[in-house]
Amino acid sequence: MPVALRVPGWWRALEFTILGVAFSYALTIGLRALFGYDPLLDGEAVLAVALLLTPLFFLVGIGCFDYWFYWASGRPTRPEDHSGHGARSWRDYFRVNTDHKVIGVQYVVTSFFFLFVGGLLAMLMRAELAAPGRQFVDANTFNGLFSVHASLLIFLFVIPVFAGLANFVLPLMIGAPDMAFPRLNALSYWMLPLAGTMMLLSFAAPGGSFASGWTAYAPLSTSAPIGQEFFTIGVQFAGASSIATALNFLVTIITMRAPGMSFFRMPLLVWANFSTSLLVVIATPFIAASQFFVLLDRGLGFNFFNPVKGGDVLMYQHVFWFYSHPAVYIMMLPGFGIISEILAVKARKPIFGYRMMAFSLLAIVVLGFTVWAHHMFVSGMQPWIRVPMMVTTAIIAIPTGIKIFSWLATLWRGVLHLDTPMLFALGFLTMFTCGGISGVMLAMIPLTIHVSDTYFIVAHIHYVLFGGSLFTIFAGVYYWFPKMTGRMYDERLGRLHFWLTFIFFNLTFGPMHIIGVQGMPRRVYDYADKFATWNLVISIFAFILGLSTLVFAYNMIASWRGGPRAVANPWRALTLEWQVSSPPPIFNFDAIPTVVGGPYEYGVPGAVHGVFKGAEVPAPAGTHATTTAE
Amino acid sequence: MPEESTPRRERKRTVQQMVIVGVIATAIGIAIGLSIHWFPPADSTQADQIDTLWDVLVIATVPVFVLVTVIVCFSVLEFRMRPGEENLDGPPIHGNTKLEVIWTAVPAILIVGLVTYAYVVMRDIEEAPAAGNERVVTVTGQQFTWTFAYNEGGKKFSTAQLYLPAGQSVKFDVKSKDVIHDFWVPDFRMKIDAVPGITTHYRVTPKNPGAIGDHPIVCAELCGLGHAFMRQTAHVLSKPDFDKWLQKMTAKPAGGGGGGAAAAVDAKALFTAGDADTGATACATCHTLADAGAKGQVGPDLDKVLKGKDAAFIKESILEPDKEIAPGFQPGVMPSNFGDTLSPEQVDALVKYLSEVTNK
Repeated sequence: MPVALRVPGWWRALEFTILGVAFSYALTIGLRALFGYDPLLDGEAVLAVALLLTPLFFLVGIGCFDYWFYWASGRPTRPEDHSGHGARSWRDYFRVNTDHKVIGVQYVVTSFFFLFVGGLLAMLMRAELAAPGRQFVDANTFNGLFSVHASLLIFLFVIPVFAGLANFVLPLMIGAPDMAFPRLNALSYWMLPLAGTMMLLSFAAPGGSFASGWTAYAPLSTSAPIGQEFFTIGVQFAGASSIATALNFLVTIITMRAPGMSFFRMPLLVWANFSTSLLVVIATPFIAASQFFVLLDRGLGFNFFNPVKGGDVLMYQHVFWFYSHPAVYIMMLPGFGIISEILAVKARKPIFGYRMMAFSLLAIVVLGFTVWAHHMFVSGMQPWIRVPMMVTTAIIAIPTGIKIFSWLATLWRGVLHLDTPMLFALGFLTMFTCGGISGVMLAMIPLTIHVSDTYFIVAHIHYVLFGGSLFTIFAGVYYWFPKMTGRMYDERLGRLHFWLTFIFFNLTFGPMHIIGVQGMPRRVYDYADKFATWNLVISIFAFILGLSTLVFAYNMIASWRGGPRAVANPWRALTLEWQVSSPPPIFNFDAIPTVVGGPYEYGVPGAVHGVFKGAEVPAPAGTHATTTAE
Repeated sequence: MPEESTPRRERKRTVQQMVIVGVIATAIGIAIGLSIHWFPPADSTQADQIDTLWDVLVIATVPVFVLVTVIVCFSVLEFRMRPGEENLDGPPIHGNTKLEVIWTAVPAILIVGLVTYAYVVMRDIEEAPAAGNERVVTVTGQQFTWTFAYNEGGKKFSTAQLYLPAGQSVKFDVKSKDVIHDFWVPDFRMKIDAVPGITTHYRVTPKNPGAIGDHPIVCAELCGLGHAFMRQTAHVLSKPDFDKWLQKMTAKPAGGGGGGAAAAVDAKALFTAGDADTGATACATCHTLADAGAKGQVGPDLDKVLKGKDAAFIKESILEPDKEIAPGFQPGVMPSNFGDTLSPEQVDALVKYLSEVTNK
């Protein structure tokens, strides 16, 4: 057998993928023969099994499990061998790597790939919606476009890109040499491209891609063509990846902080990811459950959601939203963390009300679990549930308001460096406020009865996820670009990108509030003629918004290849990641730092966050930071 | 690095300017917010209350947005780094308990007020009228059409369009035959999901005489291929007109839809004009048929697709249109409730007519 098929890598991954497909066929045919089913070969059964198993075969093939298999079978595991750690050439980014910095970059680049794919799908949707009636896709394809668009951008972009940024930055920020479980970290990453590929492959399925929205409400999803299974199972892999990463973050934050880094000396990005990880670990199993229900209904006739057989249609929505509302905060809290870092550094002032900033994050975590049924005000559930959900939903605005006002107070009397990350941070402040305001409006039951399932909702979620989350992601990518790549980005292109995005974002999504209240339902590929003008206008602005991302893509690629070399600390920041070279050394710190003060002591004469003792505290590779505490 | 230079800004004047700009911007913002023509016509008594709630929300939230935006803009103008300040830091202000209490308490009070008001509105729009003064219409959703079932003095009949009298409360019992739909009349502002397995409800009172006329009915919950086409019409009639319509409907034999009791059905007229009483859509709206002079383009050309087909096929195509789809067309576009909204006599007459003219 050639070496390539025995060592971890793409050839072995291909070999195992083929094995996985073959095994799925064998298993299904074997079982059907055993139970005497006719015909023996059932396409849908094979597909469901193959979608579940082939990714596992692929992960084995690419090498995610080698170490564990060695250990389990009693073979030497070579714990001191760090050959799978750090990137020496661009090829290392395409292998299983245990370095959190490599994984961080893998995460960010992969998720941005899916941002561009998801954005492209949105462009196709806007082209179809430019005029009433059919333009160039049929209803089924259109329903597929918006379903895949939302699924990709939620599960393959916003959630993982935050995990990616934190993967790179968080261990550096707390003074750790890596994440607590580097191999689990690699496994989490490699599940992502699988989930994304699965969702995209659904377009090739007979009957078209999944077309029941990213919400996949039963019984539409349980009766949909086979493309639905690509979502049902794809989400399981994205979710598993998310849970594993969150566990990793929690353990890393709790056990691997540098000496002196008490919880209340942690940068707010660390606090934000701590909160997010709590949400992920508690909530994500619920979406896994909801999709397993659908899978069992479809594949094995469990009738969870078939009322004729005693099933309960509304239960799907309760389980689904018990994850998917906290998911909104999973997609926002890390962004809050990024904004806190950038505003303090770029305004040259300490974060105003640091402790309240941390506590409000935790308040959002707790409250986030008490509001899920506000997505169901018109679902036909028990009417009384609406009232407590309205109250809790409105209350969430208070901790969120505390954060907004504290950021404003941080700006006040600072020395504002208005470069690209700062512009995106300020853009976030105003746009997220807009999204928050429409959120408070939507908490009000009587208004929601009218506007739910309309373009007002589409406008609201894009103000929160685009004007909110995506602005913070852009801000974070520009801010840490020098640290991640060792190069500076082009500032002029960055500002151009900001202004194009800011202006055309508002022109695209602002009018959607109006047509929504006027009565245009969402998820329709045809609409009443009275909405034609606005839709054409929105489509045109959406295309320009789409084009503006090319400025970003060009800036990133060109600067990564040939931008000027970045110094260690171009922003004069105090947090630990900026105290090491750009990009950081392979195990992050040549000497373990000791934290002696808060992370944002800007303006305090002579203040430092961490000190490096120098050579007398050597940090042997792989040793935990905490073991060297004085 | 403590800088010994003069204080960077005169703060008192900045704050004063900011307050003035903020007040003006708030006034302009509220004026714009209230003058935009947001809603479709308000044609139910419920609509007025919801529209007023919206205005209150606009007035309450515009100041919040203006506050944030004005502070961001003034910070940028006043405190941006100027040449020579590259190494300057801001003052090390870590917090201010008084301020933090204020910006927790004030939004809290605002929210308590809004929530209380919204609760009152909710109670009002869902309140039942005095006993005996309400009509019940059963609305059944199916892929991809609505059917409306009436029970008037023991006489039951179904229609393809909704007919309501102005000025009287109507309670909808909403059901679904297959997946989840959502029964929404934007002009009335109310909606509820049609959920398989359970019956959901809401009530509206169309205004008298303001609501008299036609109002679009929209399916608001994604229900599959034909979701976007699941649009019908609610006809609000004046009380005398509605009573006349009721009389006509109840005079017919129970069960099925309209259709002449004894008189032979004029199938050609039914094809070109539909059934005015039940609102069953005319075939000619969507189909081409030379004999009837119909030139509809939405559905298949009946002269072509029905050529050589037997009566059973034609009947199935009317009652269960999605069973077999002509090449180049999509399932889910043609209403699948003609079995409910046409009488058996009407269907049979249509089948007979169609098989005659297409197989000449």
